[in-house]
Amino acid sequence: MYVIETNNLTKKFKDIVAVDGLSIQIGEGEVFGLLGPNGAGKSTTLNMLCTIMKPTSGTAAINGLDVDCHPHEVRQIIGIVFQDTSIDNRLTGRENLQMHAELYGVERKLAKDRIGELLRLVELDDRADEIVKNYSGGMRRRLEIARGLIHHPKVLFLDEPTIGLDPQTRAKIWDYIKRLPTEEKVTIILTTHYMEEAQGLCDCVGIIDHGKIVALGSPKELIREIGEDVASLTLEDKSRAKEFESASFVKKVNVGEQVMLVLTDGASSIPKIFEFAAQKGIKIQSLELRTPTLNDVFLHYVGRDLRHEHSDGKDRLKMTMHRRGMR
Amino acid sequence: MRVRAVKTIWLREVKVYYRDKGSRISSIARSILWLLVFGGGFGAARFQGLQVGYQEFLFPGIVAMSLLFTSIRSGISVIWDKEFGFMKEILVSPASRFEIMAGKVLGGSTIAMTEAIIILLLGPFVGAKLTVSNVIISIAIMFLTSLSLVSIGLIASSIMKTFEGFNTIMTFLIMPMFFLSGALFPVDKMPSWMAPVVAINPLTYGVDAMRWTLVGIGNHDILTDIGILAVAALATMSLGVRAFNSRE
Repeated sequence: MYVIETNNLTKKFKDIVAVDGLSIQIGEGEVFGLLGPNGAGKSTTLNMLCTIMKPTSGTAAINGLDVDCHPHEVRQIIGIVFQDTSIDNRLTGRENLQMHAELYGVERKLAKDRIGELLRLVELDDRADEIVKNYSGGMRRRLEIARGLIHHPKVLFLDEPTIGLDPQTRAKIWDYIKRLPTEEKVTIILTTHYMEEAQGLCDCVGIIDHGKIVALGSPKELIREIGEDVASLTLEDKSRAKEFESASFVKKVNVGEQVMLVLTDGASSIPKIFEFAAQKGIKIQSLELRTPTLNDVFLHYVGRDLRHEHSDGKDRLKMTMHRRGMR
Repeated sequence: MRVRAVKTIWLREVKVYYRDKGSRISSIARSILWLLVFGGGFGAARFQGLQVGYQEFLFPGIVAMSLLFTSIRSGISVIWDKEFGFMKEILVSPASRFEIMAGKVLGGSTIAMTEAIIILLLGPFVGAKLTVSNVIISIAIMFLTSLSLVSIGLIASSIMKTFEGFNTIMTFLIMPMFFLSGALFPVDKMPSWMAPVVAINPLTYGVDAMRWTLVGIGNHDILTDIGILAVAALATMSLGVRAFNSRE
C-alpha cells in the first residue's frame, strides 16, 4: 500500500484549473519532491493533501484515509511545516511544542520526553525556554520541523523548507531532513524552488507545470533520460540559440540563463559545436561541458528557468537592466 | 468536544496576555484615568437627578468599560494570529472549530475579567461599598457580559481581513458600544433616537446589572438584565462559531 495516493486529483478556482488530474503514489519512507514554477499548483496540491482545501474532483488518500471524507483522522497522522512561519513568537520554543502536543492529544507523560528528544534532534535544547521572538529564521524553521513531528505523523509536509535561509543553515536543515525517514519512520513530501535541494534530498520528484505532472521519477532517472552530457554556452547573441536545433549532434536546445545544448555524445561533440557555429556565424563566448543536473531536467520539461521565476520584481528589473547594459 | 483542546487554546490566550505587560498596564491606567479624572471633573460639574455621587454612578460603568475594551481586543486578536500565520497551525490541528472558538472566548473572557476585577477593587476609593456577596455577583455578571463581547470581537475579526481594520472597529464598534451603554450617563435621559441602539447593546444590560449590584440603582430589574445577557451570550457565540466556520 502507498502512504500517499492521489487519483485524478483536481482543483478548480472559477475558470482556472490549478491542479489538473494529478495521480501520484508515494511509498513509505520516501522523500518526494514537488517541483514547479510559481503558480504551477504545488501549494494547492499540498493544501488538498493536508485537508485545508477540498478537491473539486478526484481523490487523495493518506495511509488509506480519504482526505475529503476523513479530514479529522488525516490531521492526526500528518505533520505540516508551512512556507510562512506559523509559530507563536510570544511563547517559548518549548511552549509552542507543548501546545502542539496538547492539541494533537499526545499523552502528557510521553509528550515531555518526546519534546526533549525532538529539541535535541534539531539542536534547540539549550534555547528551548527562550521566547521565539528572539530566534533566528533558521531556528524557527528547526522548531517548526520539530513541532511537525511531535505526534509521530506518518507523513510530514514541508512547504519550501529552506526558503530565505542562508546556505549554512540550509545545509543543516537538509541534514535533519535526511535523517527523518529512518529515525522517525516518516514519509516526506516537500515542495522546493531549489534544484540542488531536490536532487540531494528526494528519492522521487514530480515536476509540475500548469497543474499537471510533466515528469516523474528519481532525480537520477530523470537526469539520465535527458541525456549523458550537456554543453552550456554563452553566446554573443542569445536569440540565435535555436539555430543549433538543426545540428545533428544536438538533441535539444534549452534557453535559460545560459544556452543549454543536450548532446547526443559528449566530448566528441565539442569540435562539432565550434564548426557548426563558425559555419552559421554564431559567436561563442564560452563553453562548458558538464553532466546534466536536475535543473537541466527542469528546463527541459518546463522550458523556463526556475530561478528567473523565483526572483522578485526588483531582481527581474535589475536583470533586465543588466542585460540591456550588456548589449 | 475535547476539554483538553479548549484548555490549550485558553491557556495560550492567558499566557500571551500575561507576557504583554505594556498593554496590560496601559489598559488598567486608561480605566483609572476615566474613573478619577473624567469622573472627578464631571462629578464636580454636577449632574442633575442622580441619586448618588457621579463618581459612584460612573464606577460600574468603568468596570464595564474595561471589560468591553479588553474583550473586544482579545476577540479581534484573531486577526493578528492570522497575520503571523499562527492561526494555520491551529486550523490544521485535530481541534474542531467549536473547540477553537470556545477556547478563544473563554480565554478572552478570563483576561477581560482579570482587568475588570482589578478596577472593581478600586471601588472603595470612589465610594463604592464592596462586600463578599456583591463582588461574587459582579464577577458572575462580568463573565456573562464578556462572553458576548469577546464573541462580537471574533465576529468583527472575521469581517475585517487585516489589522488596519482595528481603527475602524474602535470607531464604529467599541466607542459607540461604550457611549450608548449607560456607562457614562443615565440612558433614560438620552435623546429618543439613541434608544434602539441602547436597547440592542448587550453592554447596556451588563452596566445596569453591575450598577444594581454595586450602587443599588438601575433601570431594569436585575434578573431581566441577567436573562438578556445570557440570551445575548448564546446568540453572539453561535454567530461567532459560524463566522469561524466560514473562514478559509
